[in-house]
Amino acid sequence: MKITLNVWRQAGPQAKGAFEKHQVDVIPEMSFLEMLDVLNEQLLGDGKEPFAYDHDCREGICGTCGAVVNGVPHGPGDKVTLCQVHMRSFKDGDELWLEPFRASAFPIVKDLVVDRSSFDRIIQAGGFVDVRTGAAQDANNLPISKPVADEAFDYAACIGCGACVAACPNAAAMLFMGAKVSHLGLLPQGQPERDQRALNMLSQADAEGFGSCTNHGECSAACPKGVPMKAIMRMNADVVRAALTETGTE
Amino acid sequence: MSTPGIHASSERVTNLTLESKEPTGDIATSWQRYKQASSKVSPANKRKYTVIVVGSGLAGASAAASLSELGYNVHCISFHDSPRRAHSIAAQGGINAAKNYQNDNDSVWGLFYDTVKGGDFRARESNVYRLAQVSTDIIDQCVAQGVPFAREYGGYLANRSFGGALVSRTFYAQGQTGQQLLLGAYQALSKEIGRGGVKMHTWSEVLEIVLVDGHAKGVVMRNLKTGEITRLAADAVCLATGGYGNVFYLSTNAMKSNCTASVRAYRRGAGFANPCFTQIHPTCIPVSGDHQSKLTLMSESLRNDGRVWVPKKKGETRPASQIPEDERDYYLERIYPSFGNLVPRDVASRAAKKMCDAGYGVGPSGYGVYLDFGAAIDRLGNRAVGDRYKSLFDMYERITGDSPWQTPMRIYPASHYTMGGLWVDYDLMTNIPGLFALGEANFSDHGANRLGASALMQGLADGYFVIPYTIGNYLKEAKAGFSDTNHEGFREAEDLVNKKIDTLMGIGGSQTPDAFHKRLGKIIWDKCGMSRTEEGLKEALGQVKELREEFWSDLRVVGGKDGLNQTLETAGRVADFMDLGEMMVLDALTRDESCGAHFREEHQHPDGEAKRDDENYCHGAIWAFDGDGNEPVRNTESLTFNYVPPSTRSYK
Repeated sequence: MKITLNVWRQAGPQAKGAFEKHQVDVIPEMSFLEMLDVLNEQLLGDGKEPFAYDHDCREGICGTCGAVVNGVPHGPGDKVTLCQVHMRSFKDGDELWLEPFRASAFPIVKDLVVDRSSFDRIIQAGGFVDVRTGAAQDANNLPISKPVADEAFDYAACIGCGACVAACPNAAAMLFMGAKVSHLGLLPQGQPERDQRALNMLSQADAEGFGSCTNHGECSAACPKGVPMKAIMRMNADVVRAALTETGTE
Repeated sequence: MSTPGIHASSERVTNLTLESKEPTGDIATSWQRYKQASSKVSPANKRKYTVIVVGSGLAGASAAASLSELGYNVHCISFHDSPRRAHSIAAQGGINAAKNYQNDNDSVWGLFYDTVKGGDFRARESNVYRLAQVSTDIIDQCVAQGVPFAREYGGYLANRSFGGALVSRTFYAQGQTGQQLLLGAYQALSKEIGRGGVKMHTWSEVLEIVLVDGHAKGVVMRNLKTGEITRLAADAVCLATGGYGNVFYLSTNAMKSNCTASVRAYRRGAGFANPCFTQIHPTCIPVSGDHQSKLTLMSESLRNDGRVWVPKKKGETRPASQIPEDERDYYLERIYPSFGNLVPRDVASRAAKKMCDAGYGVGPSGYGVYLDFGAAIDRLGNRAVGDRYKSLFDMYERITGDSPWQTPMRIYPASHYTMGGLWVDYDLMTNIPGLFALGEANFSDHGANRLGASALMQGLADGYFVIPYTIGNYLKEAKAGFSDTNHEGFREAEDLVNKKIDTLMGIGGSQTPDAFHKRLGKIIWDKCGMSRTEEGLKEALGQVKELREEFWSDLRVVGGKDGLNQTLETAGRVADFMDLGEMMVLDALTRDESCGAHFREEHQHPDGEAKRDDENYCHGAIWAFDGDGNEPVRNTESLTFNYVPPSTRSYK
């Protein structure tokens, strides 16, 4: 099958970008990123510079890949990352538009590559349990009911790809933060720092330039791991709770 | 042949000094006694020492966080955009620990015994025993961090069984155990970054190890976003840079996983041990065509309930559903009645290859076998099977378009893990003083074959519970606070880095780095993969050398070196895979026996099992760099087994 690709080309963070049109021949078994490999080998063969795009595990877990395909972060398909999209989702003659995740807190590095280190700084502000290596008790001294453990897992499944931010009209990071706050807040291990965690992460997100949530729900729809909107409710609840109880004030 | 412009220091030593520093005496108390005798650095002095940790996977992140908690100044370096991306994240199945929560007679001894035997008697007993001992602490630590392991309805931790063991000692978090453990370590690391104990360098690729008076005292790295080359000094350097499974091009490793830091260390004089011990994982999704960029693993845990079979008729064309029960050959259950579908990985992989080579394979290429859940679904019901495997079934369906609920999975072995790596002593220090290797990057614990769910265990053991105790033995002897980045060692290392980049950029040939990588991978897979022969290896050795020659004369890299240039990054990594590939083939050729994953067709028992030669090869083979144009030099570390007497592995 023949696919027409319009790929965002931008030499560097300050450069002006534009779409560049190319044709590629693909087979349905190829993954989306394998199609980009074919395009890049084609360009390299012609002595032209390949498109920069980020990727690594190619099995939907590392969170490195991601681009907006025809307006949708990670492209077509329910709960998939871009590396898991296969060309059988398209048909011969399709024309696709590829652009980077866009948010002021995710500055463009080059072409389709963005810098998501703002996410790391949010986690550094409080997305953890402060336990030293060696300080733990026997693991089975802390029974946790299966439904609670399972729900915590569902939030912990976030891969930090940033699709939620790219999908949000406000470029908010609420789903990302909500996932971590919910994961740790559901578990007994996460209780001692629960209030500070929510407040500190939120204040870091503000400093990074992420927007606020206005309940569009696009984030959850774009999330490859299906993190639900309830994560944001939990986050808001923890922030309110922390503000009301003073234990969370710095 | 010469690799242009890259030469290690002139005082090269190929006759390596390899002292294992293994404790003597009763193995059960050896780690405890060793720790008691180890040097401690006072809290006031710890902050005067700086340690570089390269890599932020399970081993790197856990080491960086733990060392920082102790009070050392830590630099952690990752070529990823975030420390959370390392390939540990993709591990699916689980992590072993000798907790005996199942009351099934597991013990530290049991885990030790299984690991030594599973490794086919090619690992150091003392290291393996320590690993089994600290395994239980890892689970405690991870749970305290909030890792959401699977639980039973009573709220206690659940376990599953895994290949090569007769007990259930594997802890898991659905099919995403590696992700959850890595996020635990990443969060511990983030906590230390936030506190200021760790300075994180993302988008930074280490391209040289710096030696000062023969000691590792820093690194030279390239910022992948800006192309800037920088020097970083420290009192010790820990490499936690993973394995070299991508030497095969097609593997279950992530696309960027590479051996550059290890090969740089090797070229600086660090011994590289057992490179031919590479694990081919039995359950991966088969190759679908030439475009293929990587292979996807389907967790070994699937073999707990999935049954492996091929049709009894050669060249069978009917779909699986139309092949009646009595025309199916459940060959693992037939050949290995006691372990059945749970034989170790090397055994399962070779059996699949044998069936396919004999013409019984399934799927368009004929290189696939069925992994069938029909019986499990009938026995346990959809819900129980879904609880255990849903995320894996979904993943399989997304990639292949087939549903394992309806039709058996098709699987075939693929390169997955490398047991070989930088030689380390009991302190995890290489033969270069001050240079340590952790996790998959070292060769320490798995011998010639790794058991399932043991990689996560080893990575975290090294980072959380070994290096924090052993690094003091080196630091105590070293003067604290080395910071002279103008030292000759830095200048020399930076020159090498710049020269290599300029050479790669300047060849101006016609072939892309990926094209070379594919060709290298095919040579290694065909001749140094699941089974090897003297003749094939000799051919491969010549072919790898020729290919490397061609690489350095016909490579094409476009774009500039100042700024993000992914083609340049790949080219540098492929160059190092060429060196590694040569070493691997040489190692396989000179290890004239079969053991674990290293299967030489000349050496097998009448029933086709690997035949070890303990008289001549009961040792680790450690390769020393001898300059470009010369083959590396083979050294050995002999192994003694005082506790688990070497026997022929039998899983029948």
